[in-house]
Amino acid sequence: MTATTVHIGCGAGFAGDRWDAAVPVVATLARRSGPRYLMYETLAERTLALAQQARIENPAAGYSPYLERILRPVLKTVKAAGIRVVSNFGAANPIGGARKILEMAREDGIAGLKVAVVEGDDLTAVMTEGDIRGHAPVEGIAMPDGRMVAANVYLGAKPIADALALGADVVVVGRCADPALALGPLLHEFGWSLDDLDRVAAGTMAGHLLECGAQVTGGYFADPGYKDVPDFGHVGFPVAEISADGTVVIGKADGTGGLVSHRTVKEQLLYEMHDPSAYLTPDVTLDISGVKVEEIGPDRVRITGARGKPRPPTLKATVSFEGGWLGEGEITYAGPNARRRAELAIEVLRTRVRDLGTNWPLRFDLIGTVATFDGDGGDLRAGRDWPDDGEYRVRMATQGGDKQMAQWIADEVLSLYCSGPAGGAGVRHRIAPQVTTASILVNRGRVSAGARLVEEDRA
Amino acid sequence: MSGSDSTVRVPLHEVAHGRTGDKGNRVNISVIPYHEDAWPLLLAQLTPERVKAWFAAKGAGTVVRYELPNLPAMNFVIDDVLQGGVNGALNLDGHGKSLAFHLLSIPVEVPARLALHPDKTVG
Repeated sequence: MTATTVHIGCGAGFAGDRWDAAVPVVATLARRSGPRYLMYETLAERTLALAQQARIENPAAGYSPYLERILRPVLKTVKAAGIRVVSNFGAANPIGGARKILEMAREDGIAGLKVAVVEGDDLTAVMTEGDIRGHAPVEGIAMPDGRMVAANVYLGAKPIADALALGADVVVVGRCADPALALGPLLHEFGWSLDDLDRVAAGTMAGHLLECGAQVTGGYFADPGYKDVPDFGHVGFPVAEISADGTVVIGKADGTGGLVSHRTVKEQLLYEMHDPSAYLTPDVTLDISGVKVEEIGPDRVRITGARGKPRPPTLKATVSFEGGWLGEGEITYAGPNARRRAELAIEVLRTRVRDLGTNWPLRFDLIGTVATFDGDGGDLRAGRDWPDDGEYRVRMATQGGDKQMAQWIADEVLSLYCSGPAGGAGVRHRIAPQVTTASILVNRGRVSAGARLVEEDRA
Repeated sequence: MSGSDSTVRVPLHEVAHGRTGDKGNRVNISVIPYHEDAWPLLLAQLTPERVKAWFAAKGAGTVVRYELPNLPAMNFVIDDVLQGGVNGALNLDGHGKSLAFHLLSIPVEVPARLALHPDKTVG
């Protein structure tokens, strides 16, 4: 019998999201009936490159370092309640992630858990580096010279639906389009064909609204006095109901704070959207330009009217490269004449770095003015007068290929304690390895995605 | 006190809300009016040219405005404003997450009844 409504909750909207957000989502799903799913989105562009580097150092690693922390608190309940889990927390090593989940199940006395992986996103398995570099980059960032770390294509929903058809309780994916984490279960439950463009579009829109977790329930939204969110410290994560006809209702976990309103939904609907009539995914070109957003009850919003156009002929891939080193340092000046002492510190830093004999790019910020909105040239700050007295934090940032030089430049901020202007305080300085990413478009024929069940590796 | 139909010049933040998203070296910023009546006024005043100039210090390239009259909302797509994108930028906010609030600081002129706090006028 085909389902009439599928319930999908989201337990994470990015790698660093709240570790316990899924607990009330799962409790809510457990009280409902019918097909129920929990999705976690944990894989930003550069997260996968970091995971790939972790796997190079340890072949068993490379899945999300947060997998255990976010899944373990709910694993027993989801299995008992028949809630199925779909996530890209497989990152650079879905099989490693699947084995970790099976190990957790054994340790926690959860019997019969079936775990599947989706494979095929790793382009380096099917293409040479030269072949990958031969693709023209899109989205305005050129392909850099640094060592290539990872190249992964965004898979669609079909292999996720295939994994569910194998009976998986947990589907571990690497790189896939984030909305596919919701669309996969919908294809599986409703038996939608990928040619049914408007329904595939509706499922994609549901996934798009869910994929950032609390961003549709009051997170990244609250603005006191303008957009107030109740009990914000306990913001609840979303639970959506999707009907076979493509109607989407966004709600949230029972007994939590947060807010689902037409405004929270509209902000998230347009999040990371370029042309609203052509949001490209591996499965469909989504057109939200005609959608209707209606509040139908407390914390319940219905969204209808998504239209689908044929999917793009190519698949997008993210290619990651070692990007040298970022060096940063910050120091605060407070009280009388603080601005002029801070500006003197910037002058000293310029002199000192020039004396190191480098031509690395430098950016100076005066935090407390308009540092966040300003460009590297500081034009916004220069265009206005700032009070002499107050509290200002100087920030210097640089980037280049040599780790030692990055450290030496950052160290110049620390040296300001004894050798800089009066009253310099609270220095923080660090260097950090950088990953640069570029996007390319790959012919679908080059990629073959598939799903399979995984057994625990007891060796 | 301003009367309900007198025009006030206020930050966009008094009239609309919005959110930034990023992909590569490109951001999008949604602008969603609190009152539907503000929609045509914002369409007339928030031109792509004006938004590009507002982000000049960030080195904004092409600015495209998409209109969604049924929400109503508009969506600005701004190129090059991340100065290298999240992984290549030297600025604190490599994702551009704060930039919606830079756009929400732009002055707009609306009838006082369409501003949440019509007393928050700007020069």
